[in-house]
Amino acid sequence: MQKEVMFAGFGGQGILLSAKLLAYAAMKQGAQVMWIPSYGPEMRGGTAYCTVVVSDRLIGSPIIKNPAHLVAMNRPSLEKFAPVVKPGGVVLINSSLIPVRSGRTDIQELIVPANDAAIQLGSVKCANIIAVSAFAAKSGMVDIEILRKCVQEEFSSKPKLIPINMQAFDEGLKIAAAS
Amino acid sequence: MAKVLMKGNEAIGEAAIRAGCLNYFAYPITPQSEVAEYLAKRMPEVNGVFLQGESEVAVGYMIFGAAACGERVMTTSSSPGVSLMSEAISYIAGARCPAVFVNIVRGGPGLGGILPSQGDYFQATKGGGHGDYHLLVLAPDGVQEAVEMTMMAFPLAEKYRGPVMIMGDGLIGQMMEPVEFPENLYVPPSNKDDWATTGMDKRGSTKKNIVKSLYLDPKVLNQNNLTLKAQYEQMKREEIRFEAYNTDGDYQALIVSYGTMSRVCKTAIDNMKEQGLEIGMIRPKTLFPFPEKAIHDAAIKPSCKRVISIEMSMGQMIEDVERSLKGKREVTWFGQCGGDIYTPEEVAEHVVSLLKNN
Repeated sequence: MQKEVMFAGFGGQGILLSAKLLAYAAMKQGAQVMWIPSYGPEMRGGTAYCTVVVSDRLIGSPIIKNPAHLVAMNRPSLEKFAPVVKPGGVVLINSSLIPVRSGRTDIQELIVPANDAAIQLGSVKCANIIAVSAFAAKSGMVDIEILRKCVQEEFSSKPKLIPINMQAFDEGLKIAAAS
Repeated sequence: MAKVLMKGNEAIGEAAIRAGCLNYFAYPITPQSEVAEYLAKRMPEVNGVFLQGESEVAVGYMIFGAAACGERVMTTSSSPGVSLMSEAISYIAGARCPAVFVNIVRGGPGLGGILPSQGDYFQATKGGGHGDYHLLVLAPDGVQEAVEMTMMAFPLAEKYRGPVMIMGDGLIGQMMEPVEFPENLYVPPSNKDDWATTGMDKRGSTKKNIVKSLYLDPKVLNQNNLTLKAQYEQMKREEIRFEAYNTDGDYQALIVSYGTMSRVCKTAIDNMKEQGLEIGMIRPKTLFPFPEKAIHDAAIKPSCKRVISIEMSMGQMIEDVERSLKGKREVTWFGQCGGDIYTPEEVAEHVVSLLKNN
């Protein structure tokens, strides 16, 4: 069984990091993983996206046209990638920045006001952690507790940031549970 | 050792250190600059040398210098940078010095683009620089194999006293996969006292070692060329590496593909298998020496109606596939350039349409 998720948003939203944390967690669970960034002549504030593939067998193609799931952190990402998500997938919409919806009825929309919730916790920078935990909870792609440990480890060199990111993590779970 | 999640570029840097390479000279270029970034931090930790040259031309000769002194040395670059190094590569081959060159290929010709490509196949396997030489060329299909090939490249360079190239592409450099660094791939550096300029006091010798590629006496130059030729013939006997995929049973078509493209083809083959269509693949892991016999034998299987060379280039490896088949089977090409890579669905669609029209 292979599942793919595409993370997309502005450069600076922590897109690549969220995706990396998810990939770490899947690897620690013993799955095969692949993290594929889009790279190109990018600029600050431009779009950033990357794909994580998780599988129980060796992963073949790194070229993924139709991901199983999407985490859209800004409007252009939702408009560009929502149409290519496989039916039945989770499409996370960061409703703080995206006033529209996917327009699809064959996928599960997960509405997460990630920026607003992050600001309430004290820093908009942890919006990506809210998004990744909400996505993981809704999609079941990785074990939540393993993912939580990966987030902790990521900030182990900056212990001051651990509490707020743990709060963000729990906030994401709460939003997913309420949806 | 536990698996770690690493970018291909960083993993290549770490693998070089694990292989005992303490000299890395480079000039940054997308999509491989992370190797330099990683080794700028890592080399000082192991008392190694990281040096950013003023250009790729300079870097090429820094490599020559360190290799002539018998040191394990590596550089990494991408297509236009490798073109600039090609003069030095030819000198290094002529002077018979072991060195490791990594080309994380991007689109060309010219400045081309920065996205993945396999457009440097000819450059890697047929020369690039001037004169009668070959590189031993290794082509990884992912991060783990990039690590293993980097570690193998140093002892191979020493075994044949010549430059070895690892030909990856932008995607292998940029993506992250779990990797292990196999300790058993470490081979201690060979003794180079009989040829390298390691210092007469250090080796306790009165014999002066001279490393050069200039031989004005035609007989002596011819002898050097014959020595190189003998090395390449030995590579053909001892170093050919390939992977055969889904070739045990009957198959209707044979794909020849390497690197990132072969990963796409594997998924296409798995998908076609589920639909009841059997397709085989030979994946060269060494581009020089080329797995001619394996491709020939797989292609002439009676069930095999088509042979397709699938490349991220406009048809370069296909010439070696044609040569391998000695006219017994026709080969067609499928591929695209620029950085967009065919999806498994597009590969399968192409194979199915070829078989329909057969």
